[in-house]
Amino acid sequence: MCLAIPGKVVAIEGSDELRMARVDFGGVTREACLAYVPEAKIGDYVLVHVGFAIATVDEQAAQEALSLLAEVGEIEDLGKEGVDLRKEDADLRKEET
Amino acid sequence: MRHLDEYRDPAAVRVVLRQIEATAQHPWTIMEVCGGQTHSILKFGLDELLPANIRLIHGPGCPVCVTPLEQIDRALAIASRPGVILCSFGDMLRVPGSSGDLLTAKARGADVRIVYSPLDALKIASREPDRQVVFFAVGFETTAPANAMAVQCAARQGVGNFSLLMAHVLVPPALEALLSDPECVIQGLLAPGHVCVVTGYRAYEPLAAHYHVPIVVTGFEPLDLLRGVLAAVRQLERGEARVENQYERVARADGNPAARAVLAEVFAVSDRKWRGIGEIPASGYALAPAYAAFDAERIFGLEELAVEEPRECLSGLVLQGRIRPTECPQFGTRCTPEHPLGATMVSSEGACAAYFHYGRTAQAAGGR
Repeated sequence: MCLAIPGKVVAIEGSDELRMARVDFGGVTREACLAYVPEAKIGDYVLVHVGFAIATVDEQAAQEALSLLAEVGEIEDLGKEGVDLRKEDADLRKEET
Repeated sequence: MRHLDEYRDPAAVRVVLRQIEATAQHPWTIMEVCGGQTHSILKFGLDELLPANIRLIHGPGCPVCVTPLEQIDRALAIASRPGVILCSFGDMLRVPGSSGDLLTAKARGADVRIVYSPLDALKIASREPDRQVVFFAVGFETTAPANAMAVQCAARQGVGNFSLLMAHVLVPPALEALLSDPECVIQGLLAPGHVCVVTGYRAYEPLAAHYHVPIVVTGFEPLDLLRGVLAAVRQLERGEARVENQYERVARADGNPAARAVLAEVFAVSDRKWRGIGEIPASGYALAPAYAAFDAERIFGLEELAVEEPRECLSGLVLQGRIRPTECPQFGTRCTPEHPLGATMVSSEGACAAYFHYGRTAQAAGGR
C-alpha cells in the first residue's frame, strides 16, 4: 500500500487551492496532486502515491549515492584479476536482446 | 524508468552484496518493516542472495493485513446500507471479514467501487449528492496525507455526503510494541522509506537509542534494500545503534512539512487495534474533533462493534516476525490467495502472499 513511483512532471494545471500535474511514468501519464510539493516545477521528478506527489526527488542526493557506489565497484573490480563485472553484465544483456 | 532502473542494476547489486559479505562477521537478524519491501525482497530473490549469516524477518508494515476484523465488518455493514457508495483501494476488497468480503458484497448488489485516489471518491460524492459516499481510509503515514487532503477539500467545498471509515495506523508505536517484547529477536531494522518521506525519521531516534537497534531508512528497489542491509550490518558489527538514512533522494529528517501540517489539522492520534496483534496505544489516526462530521463510524452508528479473530489464522505471528509464513500449518493448503484465511495471504503486501507468489514453500525456504 505504501507503493510510490517516481515520475516526471510534464504539465501543471489546477488552481492555487489544489495544484494538479500531469506526471509521466515511463510513457504512461497520470494526474497527480502537487499540494504537498509546492516547490515542484515542470521537469522535476516527483514520488507519487495514491494520486499525490509526496516528495520531489533530490537529483544531487541520488547522483551522489550512485557515484559513490560506482567508485567502490571500480575499486573492487580492479582487485579481481581478469574479471570485469560491469563488462560481464553488459555482455550478458547483449546476449539477452 | 529514471530513478527506478538504476536501482535494479545487477553489477551494482553484486558490489553491495560483496560488501555485505565482507562486513558481516557474525549472524544478524534484521527486520524490514514494510510489506512493499518484503515483496521486493522475495520478488528479486534478495533473501537467497544474502550471505547465510544475515537473516531477514518480515514486519507488520502491511496496513491491509493489520486492519482489524471489525473494521472490515463495519465496511461490509456500511456497504449493505441503501444509498451508500463504498469506495476503497483494490487491496481491501478480498480481505475476509467475519462473514464474507467486500467483493462478495459487491457481487450481491452493494455499490462497492475501487478508486486509485481518495480524490476520486470525493469526485464521486460531488457528482452524486443524493448518495452517501464512504471512503475506506486504510494505510500508514504514507497514505494519510492523501486521505486528510480529501477531507479538507470536502470541508472547503461543502461536500456533506462524503466520509471516511478510518483504519489508519502508525509505524513507530508498532515498532515499540515489537521491540519491547522480551522475546524480541530483532537486531536491526530497515525503516519504511515512504513512511519516512512523509513523517521524517526523528521519531525513530528514541527507539534506536532505548532498544539499542540500528534503524536504517530504506527504499524499495533491490539496490536500496541491500544498501539498507549493509548499513545495518555495519552498525551492528561496530556495536552502534542509530538512525541512518539510505533513502537520501526522497527521505529527509523532517519529512514533508506541508503534509505534516495537514495531518496535524485533520487527524488526531488515537489508540488502534491491530489485527493479530491487539490494541496498541496511540498507534493510529482518528478524525480530529473539528472534522468529526466526516467520520463514517459516527454517521452510521457503528462505534460499538467488536469481533473475535479466527484462531486458525496465524497472521498475527507472521506480522510480528515470529514465524515465517511457511511455518503456518494452513499455508498453501487450507489458506491460498484464492481462499485466504487472513489478510496476509491476500494483500499485495502480505508476507504470506509474497511467499506463495514467489514459490517459497516450506521445503524451498529450507529454514532461512
